[in-house]
Amino acid sequence: MLEVTGLHVAYGGIQAVRSITFHVNQGEMVALIGANGAGKTTTLKAIARVIDAVGGDVHFCGEKIDRLAPHDIIRRGIALVPEGRGVFPRLSVAENLAMGAFVRDDKAAIAADLAKVYGYFPRLKERESQLAGTLSGGEQQMLAIGRALMSRPKMLLLDEPSMGLAPIMVQKIFEVVRAVAADGMTILLIEQNAKLALESSQRAYVMESGEITVHGDSAQLLDDPKVRAAYLGE
Amino acid sequence: MDIFLQQIINGLVQGSIYALVALGYTMVYGIMGLINFAHGEVVMIGTLVTISVVGLLVKLGVPLALAGVAGLLAAVAVCMALGWSLERIAYRPLRNAPRLTPLITAIGMSIILQNLAMMIWGRNYLTFPKLLPQVDFEFAGANFTAVQVIIVLVSALTMGGLLLLVYRTKLGMAMRATSQNLQVASLMGVNINRVIAAAFVIGSALGALAGVMVGTYYEIAHYQMGFMLGLKAFTAAVLGGIGNLAGAMLGGILLGLIEALGAGYIGDLTGGFLGSHYQDIFAFVVLIVVLMFKPSGLFGEKTGDRA
Repeated sequence: MLEVTGLHVAYGGIQAVRSITFHVNQGEMVALIGANGAGKTTTLKAIARVIDAVGGDVHFCGEKIDRLAPHDIIRRGIALVPEGRGVFPRLSVAENLAMGAFVRDDKAAIAADLAKVYGYFPRLKERESQLAGTLSGGEQQMLAIGRALMSRPKMLLLDEPSMGLAPIMVQKIFEVVRAVAADGMTILLIEQNAKLALESSQRAYVMESGEITVHGDSAQLLDDPKVRAAYLGE
Repeated sequence: MDIFLQQIINGLVQGSIYALVALGYTMVYGIMGLINFAHGEVVMIGTLVTISVVGLLVKLGVPLALAGVAGLLAAVAVCMALGWSLERIAYRPLRNAPRLTPLITAIGMSIILQNLAMMIWGRNYLTFPKLLPQVDFEFAGANFTAVQVIIVLVSALTMGGLLLLVYRTKLGMAMRATSQNLQVASLMGVNINRVIAAAFVIGSALGALAGVMVGTYYEIAHYQMGFMLGLKAFTAAVLGGIGNLAGAMLGGILLGLIEALGAGYIGDLTGGFLGSHYQDIFAFVVLIVVLMFKPSGLFGEKTGDRA
């Protein structure tokens, strides 16, 4: 479904991502793990066209999307949940969710999806009219994921959904991520919490200094001594 | 007491005009962090276009009232086009430049527009046509005119309309979202270029309206008139908390009142040493005081209504 070939990104002379190739199949949850600064977020941003790649191709559902404007990516069915959540702090929870459906006009279907999001995250329904900036970090992460779902995407890109959250909140968030995946959503997940990412996904790629060094089935990587030593703290 | 009431009325009228112009500064700043110093010149061009269009139509035998409406519409259209072009030509290429660069460009555009206006309309003061009949009212010892009433009413209605646009429409929501996080707004499918252009175009339309009001009120216009007006409206925006819509409205009204009351009482306060023609100093005293003691302005830290 998503095919990234030879993607290369540089920031003012620094090679952040060096010619990486990977793919995500329809209905799959794929994890991209690696240390801080390995180039994971840069990869997602380049796919979402928020930053320009230097080289390489990105295809989504057979269409080449690496030259599209950033506001057209979501219309193709890719929704990015950005690192640090990126909620609109001075919009209400309901308005943030409405922004998620910005590209849609089908009022009835939007209302149905809103009910679905509130079903996943009842807390958001309780805080509907509150400003997003006043939510806790975990609630903001729920909102960011809910907002992405409001565009009714074909694929979700999740950037560090566990970052800065209490373990109990991480569990709640991942319960929903797994539920969304079980409903058939294709997901590309970035995580520093490698154990969690490998337990949740079917396949995984390991990034180191801008390159993909290892890839395979998540279950196998969980048992790989090298991966365990480097990313699972053993 | 009658001086007090008189100056309150005068201040409200002047303040409504400042508020309309201040909205143009604050909308652009709220979305892209740029102080568009050429905005005062957009207002000036609105006034001068109205003079030309009304003059031409009256010469062709069109009734004055109709010519006035046409002049207003022409000013709004020209200013919207001008605001759009400014963004497209001068500021968009500098979107990723250091912040000082677009600021200096804005000052440059202000100078260019002034000179352009001088070439078109000349160096002399121009008389603004009397679009509304002279009707005077008296209330508790203070005098006011129909023009003053209309200025206050029209700007109040316009500002109400702007608030509806920003808080009740999809475009308004996109504008608020963009002002809070440009990159994430684009991830939601918002065309950032279009939202920024909308801020310039709407701000310029309000500026054109203010330009017609200034002309109607003072009955005189000049190619340099936008400079001081722009600086004061900018002060009003800073006073209210730049980037904040309600702040610009309140800041404009407050500045108008401060100026009018200051001008009314400065003679008494200084024992006749300074006269009411020193009223311009009040705006800059306000600017300096705000920047020293509360640079974020009155509404600068309040959450919920920036746009």
